[in-house]
Amino acid sequence: MAAETVAAKPARRSLGPYGILVVPVVVIVLVAFVVPTVLVLIRSVTEPELGLQNFQWLLTSETAVDVIIRTFQLAGLATLLTAVIAYPYAYVMATAGPKMQAAMTLIVLLPFWSSMMVRTFAWIIILQNNGVLNTMLSSLGLPTIQLLGTQTAVLIGMVQVLMPFMVLPMVSVMRSIDMRIPLAAQTFGARPIKAFFTVYLPMSLPGVLSGALIVFILSLGFYVVPALLGSPRQQILPNALFNQIRDLNNWGSGGALAVALLFTVGMAFVLVYLVTKALGLKLGPVGGSQV
Amino acid sequence: MTKNRPKIKKSRLFLYLLCVPIAFWLVAPTLVVIPLSFTPQRSFAFPPPGFSLEWYENFFTSPQWLGGLLNSLQIALLVASISSILGTLAAYGLSKTSGFRKTLSNGLLVSPILIPAVIFGVGVYAVFLRTGLVGTMAGFVLAHTMLALPFVVVNVGAVLVAYDTQLERAAWVSGAGRIRAFMTVTLPVIWPGVASGFLFAFITSFDEVIVSAFISSPALQTLPVRMFTSVQREVDPTIAAAATLIIILTTAIALTAIFTRKKRKV
Repeated sequence: MAAETVAAKPARRSLGPYGILVVPVVVIVLVAFVVPTVLVLIRSVTEPELGLQNFQWLLTSETAVDVIIRTFQLAGLATLLTAVIAYPYAYVMATAGPKMQAAMTLIVLLPFWSSMMVRTFAWIIILQNNGVLNTMLSSLGLPTIQLLGTQTAVLIGMVQVLMPFMVLPMVSVMRSIDMRIPLAAQTFGARPIKAFFTVYLPMSLPGVLSGALIVFILSLGFYVVPALLGSPRQQILPNALFNQIRDLNNWGSGGALAVALLFTVGMAFVLVYLVTKALGLKLGPVGGSQV
Repeated sequence: MTKNRPKIKKSRLFLYLLCVPIAFWLVAPTLVVIPLSFTPQRSFAFPPPGFSLEWYENFFTSPQWLGGLLNSLQIALLVASISSILGTLAAYGLSKTSGFRKTLSNGLLVSPILIPAVIFGVGVYAVFLRTGLVGTMAGFVLAHTMLALPFVVVNVGAVLVAYDTQLERAAWVSGAGRIRAFMTVTLPVIWPGVASGFLFAFITSFDEVIVSAFISSPALQTLPVRMFTSVQREVDPTIAAAATLIIILTTAIALTAIFTRKKRKV
């Protein structure tokens, strides 16, 4: 009996749980996800004919260069704004009691859980010319502002969804900060503000940095918010890509835009990897293709 | 904790006051769609000048709106079921694998949430154009499953890390086959991970706009795509009714998730 089981084992192991369970799923993802994605990239050098003409267009056409620059600007601005708004929120959360912390986590995660379309539509209602915000402004006797169709509107909508990706890494770093250290600075005569800026802020920077990198990567992929809250004349990469393919049928230049987008995201990931390695941080799972 | 806080009380109060508008901005805006869905006029003016159920009636009698909702529900249920099964099998297999194979397969399985959806949208649109899958149920389910699978792999994987494999070994030693041991011993233990993976997958599919916008046709579109085109082309408060229904649905799902989790702890 015993000899039989021992003999049977190696034969089974040749396939093993990896071969039986993982390989089929990997093959499905390869065929249904990786191959279509790679085909897009290949088309950038094969359509309309073999060559680099699409990349020449990408780097010399004024519209394409504008789109790329605008994408970086928007992602940078969104990251900066998210960091500035998330920091005090994360600080209060990290130093609050467990109940308060749970409530604040729930609040910051709500936009992430609520429907993309519902959330974006709600912003239209609020920001449109005769919307909630302008009605409130004029009832207070203040001048109304045109927000819908501007980059400000896009940022308002984007930063709202990006908050959890910034707040959560910040909180995890802030919680590990020993509060006796800034306190020590104060007992040595530093004013609270100075103790904060010279001691606490530098210690919390790893959290800010890892949050910022995730937020930057996610900012590059926004489609719905810029399409509905922004102006069609101020397209960013994902919108230009959609336009080139679905409306203009330009697979070549669309492919080149896809390469540019993927390249940027890839570089940002390399940066994330290097920074997390250098700082010895551990990042949680990043989820959010829905942006 | 409280004793060690270096900040004086006044600055603490200031910080709390700073957090209130942030919290408001995170939570409140979405709720404006609810009163708007009862507006009596064809406009997005707010506050609505009266009350009417016209847009709900419109929603439930329009084949485009109701059809969109039914398509979305059907696709999301299929996607959640398929990706729960595939993702659980893959995560279980990965938990028994190590080294380079594991890193590579894991990276590959999670890649759909890391790569901007618009790129996959273009790719899947190109392939579907050739294979005739644009505007088909099968096409939607296939594309959404790719986007939902990573969430199941991550959620189930997280539970499997804490899973004591001795339990399963005990079942094998006691004579249960591998499949039976998995079904009767492992699966009940990792069930919370599978359930949250299922929820993530459902929401991912139900809420998807970008890839769906590429592969939908006038004959078959999902509710988010219908909403997207509606916002771009017309002023139709039916979208507010649709949005309110989505809020009710997702709140119900979230409450169910919280309730079952609480129950499990007891």
